Amino acid sequence: MTEPIVETKQSENKEWEPKIIAFLCNWCSYAGADLAGVSRIQYPSNIRIVRVPCSGRINAYFIIKSLTDGWDGVIVSGCHPGDCHYISGNLVARRRFAILKELLEFFGIEAGRINFMWASAAEGERFAVLVRKATEIVKKLGPNTKFDKKW
Amino acid sequence: MTETDIKISIMANEKPRIGVYVCHCGVNIGGVVSVPDLVEYAKTLPDVTVGREYKFFCSDVGQKMIKEDIEAGLINRVVVAACSPRMHEPTFRITCKEAGLNQFLFEMANIREHSTWVHMKDTEGAYEVAKDHIRLAIAKARELAPLAVQKVNVEPTCLIIGAGITGMNAALDLTSAGYKVYLVERSATIGGHMAQLDKTFPTMDCSSCILTPKMSEISRDKNIELLTYSEVVEVTGYIGNFEVTIKKKPHYIDQVKCNGCGICVDPCPISVGNEFELGLATRKAIYIPFPQAVPSQYTIDMDSCVECGICAREDVCEPGAINYDDKPEFITVKIGTIIVATGYDEYDPSGLKQYGYGKYPNVITGLQMERLLSSFGPVVGKPVKPSDLKDPHSIAFLQCVGSRNFREGGNKYCSRVCCMYATKQARQYKEKHPEADIYIFYMDIRAFGKGYEEFYESAARDYGINYVRGRIAEIRENPLNHNIIIRAEDTLLQQPIEVEVELFVLSTGIEPKADSDSITTLLRIQKSADGFFLEAHPKLRPVDTLTEGIFIAGVSQGPKDIPDSVAQAKGAASSAIGLMAKGEVEIEPFFAVVHSDRCSGCGMCIQNCAYGAIEFVDDRSFGTIASINIALCKGCGACSGNCRSSAIDIIGFSSEQLHSMITKRV
Repeated sequence: MTEPIVETKQSENKEWEPKIIAFLCNWCSYAGADLAGVSRIQYPSNIRIVRVPCSGRINAYFIIKSLTDGWDGVIVSGCHPGDCHYISGNLVARRRFAILKELLEFFGIEAGRINFMWASAAEGERFAVLVRKATEIVKKLGPNTKFDKKW
Repeated sequence: MTETDIKISIMANEKPRIGVYVCHCGVNIGGVVSVPDLVEYAKTLPDVTVGREYKFFCSDVGQKMIKEDIEAGLINRVVVAACSPRMHEPTFRITCKEAGLNQFLFEMANIREHSTWVHMKDTEGAYEVAKDHIRLAIAKARELAPLAVQKVNVEPTCLIIGAGITGMNAALDLTSAGYKVYLVERSATIGGHMAQLDKTFPTMDCSSCILTPKMSEISRDKNIELLTYSEVVEVTGYIGNFEVTIKKKPHYIDQVKCNGCGICVDPCPISVGNEFELGLATRKAIYIPFPQAVPSQYTIDMDSCVECGICAREDVCEPGAINYDDKPEFITVKIGTIIVATGYDEYDPSGLKQYGYGKYPNVITGLQMERLLSSFGPVVGKPVKPSDLKDPHSIAFLQCVGSRNFREGGNKYCSRVCCMYATKQARQYKEKHPEADIYIFYMDIRAFGKGYEEFYESAARDYGINYVRGRIAEIRENPLNHNIIIRAEDTLLQQPIEVEVELFVLSTGIEPKADSDSITTLLRIQKSADGFFLEAHPKLRPVDTLTEGIFIAGVSQGPKDIPDSVAQAKGAASSAIGLMAKGEVEIEPFFAVVHSDRCSGCGMCIQNCAYGAIEFVDDRSFGTIASINIALCKGCGACSGNCRSSAIDIIGFSSEQLHSMITKRV
């Protein structure tokens, strides 16, 4: 009889788990995430992966929309600077996101919700480490409620 | 309107009816999450009309299930929840096509690499991730539109970078199939590292005897444009239609006038270390890399040359071939496919201070030993101690120098050739000096190839070579005679041993070329964690890269011996031939499109496009707006990411599709 009680207790105490949307470029980071899988490297089950051709494809709208639509965090990951499959897409993205991040902070959105990173096709381990890090940051920030409509 | 265009437009107008197929992938997915539950969940989502599960949807039976649903008219969109699209997207696109559905009405949910494999212990989490990935895929599938596949021509010409044994074999295979080859080699001769070797294990073939005939075959072949002392400096374009610029470095010698007499070499007053002999000998500033070099051309090394003018004198160079003002030449060629075979660097053990390389004269590397053993090497095949140029009576080899030993500053991987080359060198020396004491200090002997185990066994049994399992703890030099005193533990006998040997050979491993980054940047290919070039799939696409039309072969992909390098060369050649034989290739029609009505003509996209694919056009109704040249567009989306008025979209990753994935969070 004790077992179910323990179970309820556990589920009551169950930590809140953030949901993070991850836009990964097809050539480096998506392949890196695949490699993490092939190598069975375990990382927290908080990210949902969306494949895009290049980190340069992601515009400010997608990031803001993700946050207003209730995702707790956003990851955009591309090839390392200099290694872009499309020559300079990741550099364009880097410039764009540097500005966007400042702007969002100004609006009162915690900077930690938006994570930009680089992971190559060979860096399954690094990808997992970065995901762990991003998840931890977002977890500390708590649920993304700034955009909840309260009227 | 063609028949396919009509078919496509009909499909576009239909309301989505989505079939969701969740794969067990054996136990890879099914063993972690409940596949039936995922199917039931998928069926609750809008527009999903069919949901099925199966052990392996990639199998014939699985594909047939999908085809039957398409043919029965139950579905007009397909979502497969299984492995990575990088694995089986092409497979299922063909399935759709064969059943009469436009292949771009297919979407994949990656629930293996991105869920069950990375959350194996967190089954609840894995299930949530799988559910969400399926939902995201369905959200995208609802927004998919049929597309007409694009076909591009493939130029029947192959570029091979690197003319070692791998590049040479690939070149010969390609020309025998009737294709033109540009074989680019950065050094002054072809042959690569194999030209430096004396004999090859386990058959003890003389390396030159099997290599030099190939080299002359290359120089004779009219379909091979041999560009030695040249480097690829720019690559643009895409599969089938690369435009490659090659820099021919100046030889400072007119190759047409030079008759290769070699009279100029002796009078040259400048001597420098000979790279081919790994510093064991010298060469002049005007030189030929080695006597059997192909092409048999002399070169002036301008870094060392002082332009004294002796070689240019009429009595030295009768044909007047010397030209100190020689300039580099650039040629641009159209190329259909590219094979990268840039080879390796020998591991430099100077960093491992404990082994005394560079400090004690009688410590040498494996490749240096090879030159000492070589019949056309600096000591014509009679190895000597560098300290006094006498025959060594005892030699010790240390294995895994720079390999399987990242703690000491080497690499994690096994270099795969050192066990065998040390055994071979030891046998070669024993053949001539049966009385010599030879020790090989090893961690494990890896004799994996055909005939290798037999070769190793016979070395121990018939030649009396002492294999000692254990790493060397310390070495020091006997100051009287430059002998090397080795202390180690024999881990099989579990006792310390100390031996004094006259020559100490470090069996150095293989490393990626120090400047291999220049190749990855040039060709947009990737490297794996060990620094070698990354293959598209470790088992099924071992010579393909992620960039279509570019293949890798030989040691540039990872350490391997000669037979494996040649096999891979043939593999890469056959993949390249496969593309060129068809003459055309289908490419994904994922391009940028401009919504003319929204474009404000600001020109941001033009600045962001790395391919120069966007230009302004004057539109009658909308004024000056951006326009995409799809022949140049790669569909990266850098333009669309910065468009202030959302006027540019990327087919295949459209704003609607991404938007629906973001918002269908439920």
